[in-house]
Amino acid sequence: MSARHLLASPGGIAAPAGDEFQAPGTEIFEWGPLWDGAPSWVTKPTLIAALSVIIVVGFFWAAFNKPKLVPRGVQNIGELGYLFVRDQVARPMIGKDSDRWMPFLLSTFFFILVINWMGVVPVMQLPIASHIAFPIVLAIVVYVMMWFLSIKSQGFVGWFKNMLFPPGLPKPLYVLYAPIELLSVIILRPFTHSVRLFANMFAGHLLLAFFATVAWWFLFEKLTPLGAGLGVLGFVMTIVMTAFEMFVQALQAFIFAMLAASYIGGALHPDH
Amino acid sequence: MGTLAEVSGNLGSIAYGLAAIGPGIGVGIIFGQGVQAIARQPELTNVIRTNMLLGFALTEALALIGFVVPFVHS
Repeated sequence: MSARHLLASPGGIAAPAGDEFQAPGTEIFEWGPLWDGAPSWVTKPTLIAALSVIIVVGFFWAAFNKPKLVPRGVQNIGELGYLFVRDQVARPMIGKDSDRWMPFLLSTFFFILVINWMGVVPVMQLPIASHIAFPIVLAIVVYVMMWFLSIKSQGFVGWFKNMLFPPGLPKPLYVLYAPIELLSVIILRPFTHSVRLFANMFAGHLLLAFFATVAWWFLFEKLTPLGAGLGVLGFVMTIVMTAFEMFVQALQAFIFAMLAASYIGGALHPDH
Repeated sequence: MGTLAEVSGNLGSIAYGLAAIGPGIGVGIIFGQGVQAIARQPELTNVIRTNMLLGFALTEALALIGFVVPFVHS
């Protein structure tokens, strides 16, 4: 396995070491095949995705394989996670029959949490949600589920009637309300759902790479009395932003799961 | 007639600055009102926080679209 496509993206290596400081651009997201002759889809992002699946499955396997009435060890943490998703995500959004959706919501939340946190784990350091393909697939799953559940529980006509013409509005307002609602629910929903996760990870990774590059350039590559202060600032900001990124990554996983739950809840109970 | 005004450099950064104004105001309103609501009804903190984050996510989407579009068109 060549380390070239595992530790640094080819764009970063190939960049000419000029005298001018160059901020990292989108090339830090471009990863080639892991080794020469590998299939083109065997890249670092897919490797991290597979690893994340193994981590999530392994964690819950260890936690709930032999559950005990009085939890010990890792089962405690697993139950904490389960309770968090159930009480903060599923129950407020779906309501009484929320427990049926817990398997989906729990695995969605923890999978996204792990792939996001991979962005700050040393050596990995790539939130794979910064490739739009991963969030889009997750959002499409939720979107298809929303269509299926809506038609199943309200009927196709009933669903659109509930969505576009909810009772209780003054008549002329429907002219304004119906097109906006149609646009936001049918067209924009999967788009914003996936782009929110993608753009947060993309921007966060770019920001971290920028401050780290500033620190490296001004402290090691071109150390000058005037530039040293800037380098130290970049170094401190890298650490601060890493902490902030961890918070944002957890928040985005939470928001993705919460929106998924709210779409499912809206499909099942059109009242709220 | 010569050019009256010209913008050079990366237009994407200007576009993002403009795109961030609205969501910036919106996020400020959401969290300001949310904190006020929690201060008035501390026992409803969980409900308010959930709705606050939901509104935050919906508002923030606009700024993020503004952030992504320059990369799409570059």
